[in-house]
Amino acid sequence: MSALDRTDTLLLAAIEDGLPLQAAPYAAIGRRIGIGEADVIARLQRLIESGVIKRLGLVVRHRTLGFTANAMVVWNVPDDRVDDIAGIAAEFDFVTLCYRRPRRLPVWPYNLFCMIHGRDRETVMAQIATLNDATELGRFPTSVLFSRRCFKQRGARYFRATETAA
Amino acid sequence: MRDISDTERLLLNGYQRDFPLIPHPFREIGDTLGMSEGEVLSSIEGLQHEEVVTRLGAVVRPNSAGASTLAAMAVPQQRLEAVADFVSARPEVNHNYEREHDLNLWFVVTAPCGDGVLAVLTEIEVETGIAVVDLPLETQYHIDLGFEL
Repeated sequence: MSALDRTDTLLLAAIEDGLPLQAAPYAAIGRRIGIGEADVIARLQRLIESGVIKRLGLVVRHRTLGFTANAMVVWNVPDDRVDDIAGIAAEFDFVTLCYRRPRRLPVWPYNLFCMIHGRDRETVMAQIATLNDATELGRFPTSVLFSRRCFKQRGARYFRATETAA
Repeated sequence: MRDISDTERLLLNGYQRDFPLIPHPFREIGDTLGMSEGEVLSSIEGLQHEEVVTRLGAVVRPNSAGASTLAAMAVPQQRLEAVADFVSARPEVNHNYEREHDLNLWFVVTAPCGDGVLAVLTEIEVETGIAVVDLPLETQYHIDLGFEL
């Protein structure tokens, strides 16, 4: 993982709420943090190449577009198998996110998480069945947690607090 | 549910990733899609205003800078709204959902460092009297390519 210098952190903080919607957004961001447009572009390029920025672009809110069936599907997969099986599960195009997280016994026995967004519950359930059948996942204890209500959704704020504290 | 126009669909499918890193990106997008720079800007403004798009920005890899976790609580149904509002009011909380499970409130906490995340979880636990299950990311398997519409 590449280290972020102070200017990178300032830059990420400056774009946390999004790029300004104006003709030359990178120049505008540069003026805000005291660097040039070319430097902004070069730094963003480097942050993308190093994987710190996973993607740069429009961040869509699924619910507004009718993708209201949002399932968090979890399994309890043996530790020595989870990486292999998750690697296969993550390849399915309907799997939006795929993570490993710790179990917290006794309340939470699951270690593999997949997020699936769909227009309706039936479609998502069919996709989950496909996933279970096509991988070994069908053999392991599982639970499907559909979302009921969204109380809050926005981009993560990693940096703002750093800067106000600095 | 909001319908999207053909132009909006082109924008949404084409620019969730690899947004042009050039001085005038909206002009370039307009050239590609056969629109003016101003039309591209006003389309994106419209999508943002109507909450189809939360922002035009960067999705940062978890834990590459700052710390984050996924947290869950089993909240009695009659307290759910009040507890959810209390959790959402924290600036460190971004996603906050009710889900179908005994653990029915799920939210993501981000902070500049791990101590900051822990402090938020502890405060929520103390203030609500409900245990918070801390499920930090261990491995990410999926590369986020955006969402095909």
